[in-house]
Amino acid sequence: MSITDIQLEESTASHGDDHHDDHHEQSFISKYIFSTDHKMIAKQFLITGILWAVIGGGLSIIFRLQLGFPGVDLTWLKPILGQWIQEEGTLDPEFYLALVTMHGTIMVFFVLTAGLSGTFSNFLIPLQIGARDMASGFMNMLSYWFFFLSSMIMFISLFLETGPAAGGWTVYPPLSVFQEAIQGSGAGMTLWLVSMVFFIASTLLGGVNYISTVINLRTKGMSFSRMPLTIWAFFITAVIGLLSFPVLVAAALLLVFDRSFGTSFYLSEIFIGGEALPNIGGSPILYQHLFWFLGHPEVYIVLLPALGITSEIISTNSRKPIFGYKAMIGSMLAIAFLSFVVWAHHMFVSGLNPFLGSIFMFLTLIIAVPSAVKAFNYITTLWRGNIVFTPAMLFSIGLVSFFISGGLTGLFLGNSALDINLHDTYFVVAHFHLVMGSASFFGLMAGVYHWFPKMFGRMMDERMGYIHFWLTFVGVYLVFFPLHYIGIAGFPRRYYAFTNFDSFSSFGDLNTFVSIAAILTFGAQFLFMYNFFNSIFRGRKAPKNPWNSTTLEWTTPVNPGHGNWPGAIPEVYRWPYDYSKPGAEEDFIPQTVPLSSTPESNLPHEQELAKNEVVSDAGKVNESH
Amino acid sequence: MFNLVIIVAVVLIIAIIYTIFRVSTLISIAKGDSKERVPASNKSQATLLVLFLVGGIVGFFYYSFGGLDDSFVQPLASKHGVETDFWFWVTMGVTCFVFIITQILLFGFSYKYQFDKDRKASFYPHNNKLELIWTAVPAVVLAFLVLTGWKIWTDITGPAPEEAYEIEVFGYQYGWSFRYPGNDGKLGKYNYLKIDGTNQLGIELADKAAHDDFISNQLHIPKGKPVLLKIRARDVIHSVYMPHFRAQMNAVPGLPTKFWFEPTKSTADMRTETGNPEFNYELVCNKICGRSHFGMKATIVVDEEDDFKQWYKDQEAWLKLNPEYLSQVPEDLQEVAIISAGLENIENTQNVRTQTTSF
Repeated sequence: MSITDIQLEESTASHGDDHHDDHHEQSFISKYIFSTDHKMIAKQFLITGILWAVIGGGLSIIFRLQLGFPGVDLTWLKPILGQWIQEEGTLDPEFYLALVTMHGTIMVFFVLTAGLSGTFSNFLIPLQIGARDMASGFMNMLSYWFFFLSSMIMFISLFLETGPAAGGWTVYPPLSVFQEAIQGSGAGMTLWLVSMVFFIASTLLGGVNYISTVINLRTKGMSFSRMPLTIWAFFITAVIGLLSFPVLVAAALLLVFDRSFGTSFYLSEIFIGGEALPNIGGSPILYQHLFWFLGHPEVYIVLLPALGITSEIISTNSRKPIFGYKAMIGSMLAIAFLSFVVWAHHMFVSGLNPFLGSIFMFLTLIIAVPSAVKAFNYITTLWRGNIVFTPAMLFSIGLVSFFISGGLTGLFLGNSALDINLHDTYFVVAHFHLVMGSASFFGLMAGVYHWFPKMFGRMMDERMGYIHFWLTFVGVYLVFFPLHYIGIAGFPRRYYAFTNFDSFSSFGDLNTFVSIAAILTFGAQFLFMYNFFNSIFRGRKAPKNPWNSTTLEWTTPVNPGHGNWPGAIPEVYRWPYDYSKPGAEEDFIPQTVPLSSTPESNLPHEQELAKNEVVSDAGKVNESH
Repeated sequence: MFNLVIIVAVVLIIAIIYTIFRVSTLISIAKGDSKERVPASNKSQATLLVLFLVGGIVGFFYYSFGGLDDSFVQPLASKHGVETDFWFWVTMGVTCFVFIITQILLFGFSYKYQFDKDRKASFYPHNNKLELIWTAVPAVVLAFLVLTGWKIWTDITGPAPEEAYEIEVFGYQYGWSFRYPGNDGKLGKYNYLKIDGTNQLGIELADKAAHDDFISNQLHIPKGKPVLLKIRARDVIHSVYMPHFRAQMNAVPGLPTKFWFEPTKSTADMRTETGNPEFNYELVCNKICGRSHFGMKATIVVDEEDDFKQWYKDQEAWLKLNPEYLSQVPEDLQEVAIISAGLENIENTQNVRTQTTSF
């Protein structure tokens, strides 16, 4: 509260200073590299995330080549992969596992956590709540640079002679402990752990910042019940991250001890590399508990920001308030809470006590209820809207479609009796790639298309956006939908080839088809990249509020400078979803327009509020608007 | 040369597309399209969404009902699998119903309510009754699915019947071994410190129940009788996955696990049913375990109970095949061990014994 006051005072008192700041020539390094400006940090996260997405996606293409065309000659990749291409020209089976592992790690953490939360929490929180910057610009800068450091370490691990970590992105011990078990568990795994520790530090620095900014720096009038759903989503995401990521540090630390200092937290009665090890009494299941205590909330860390972004975009482009604003917040809170008590559904067949399995089955299926509420609310928001199909809107609709398709298959996997036969098959792969991978990725894309004008002051090319959307949307379904079938047929995931099994001798064609679809979908992303980077420099100049949106970020100048608003921070008089309000002339009323200036469109309870409304000078300016 | 031609062609195509793009962008700027409130292709996007919906649903039904070359359901051969399969398909029915309805609404609304400059969207921010309905209905449906699932899960994971055949499943990089209790019907103890090149399972020979245990590299089980698998692993986590029996349980080093089930069709039955004379049940590893994870399998042989018993009787105790390990048997048990392992008639046994005694 006090911070807000001080900030407000400063901003009104030091009007001249702000103005001065805008024109202050910053050095290249403090403007683009060690920047403490939330907008620049957001762009840094975004571009790093995009580069990681290319690497993570590229790795998946390499293993999809092997799966779609078993034993394919990959000699042409030898210049990059070297010894990992065997003499016959085929992919090394161990490197296949490394590819799978790195694809998962990169996509989950570097692209969909850092790239999504890092970008949009940073960019939108101050802009949408009306703050000059994050609570701590310095911590925010550290957050990015810890992420960068973590990225570098992970990137370097790709080039080790023994390869990067290869025990699956979940790095279960004992496989991740012994280099005798798999080469990647040597130096590659060490770097994986070091990298993750820095990554978690980055996430925590960011999270603390997001939470304190949202609580303390909201502009006057921006009560929690007037916050855009994006901010609610980022806020809840940050809380989840803050509570769950430290547990991953604990898990990783114990793993470090087991790997390097001879402890037995996760190890017991193991005979490997020709000798029986002295470790007794540990439990590999302990690691799984600790890992999934983060790992499951992580799913929502990845998904909630995407859902928040989608709420905003669907509402704006349907020209309609989001349906059930409070229900949306309530369901996000419910999801956040429940996400902490469902983790063991990843462990139904791990040797977990079956009674615990029953408990987690109940809790898991409960989480489907708030998710269903969200899906229905999105659909109802479209109902009787006046829908504008911008690329961002299409990606949002795509997200809802994936969220439903992938969410429904969760009902099979969350049911422990059915999970017995589906566990670790391609059914799981299909499930989470749709509901978490593709849905979040579409949220990221929707966000980029929607807020690009605010980020770079220019518009992205719309038609390229449409082509990108259609290729990606159709492509994603063609890649992941067929996987349900081979999952039901029991095909295990993380298999280099299925040729050794009579049971899995079928579906060769289907796998080829999936691989081709994956390559095309991946290729389509380069169209996006071209559009993105080209538009930064050559895109059409953006108007101030290109989507006729109500939220605060569109009240800033086209290219907001340091401090976001040149004058006083705008004040907020209404919720963010006054679209197509009956009586109003325009089909949107920005949050900065006082209720007292719109008597023609006020609802009865707003009319009451309007009577006692105190409008500041800044508000009066908007009144005339 | 051919590659070069392809590369040149690709480059040319990209260049042409790029040129078309630039030209049309410039034209649209000149025409002032960019000032339009709504994208010029709004209508065609809405139409594409509906086409996608129709195409998607048609494809979904076509491929789900016989459009694929191969069947995507593995033939079923276990008792509990009948129930899990049934509830799998019930869940499939429920989810497909919801899936189709919601996707139709999603894309249908998108099409129906596409932008029309003469219309205003309706201001409809909430409706508590609707919210209540779509909280309550999924909750009830889910409760129904959970309760049925819970009952089956409790049955499957509950204690195995008394008469179940006990078999030890041992996973290692990269293969499976199966230890049977021998004539006494009791699996002997094991100790991982006893593992060596020959005694790969670490059989504890100080336990007299272990002396008649025998080892097979195929999993033989009787049809129509419950089988209890006691599962453990040597090095890293593996997973015992038997898709035809709808059975799966991880094999964890240091943490013995178990799974019991009842096979309902013999291998021969299944060969007739599938019309494939080569058919074999397979046990596959389903937890990433290293380089040859994708090759870690064992054949499961389901026999009629009599044939199974005959096979069981014909097997030789591990100790009989490795008589030099008699030396690990405590002296006071050696006599019994020789008898229970069936070593009486083997000559060199005496030598081993003497050696041990003199040791």
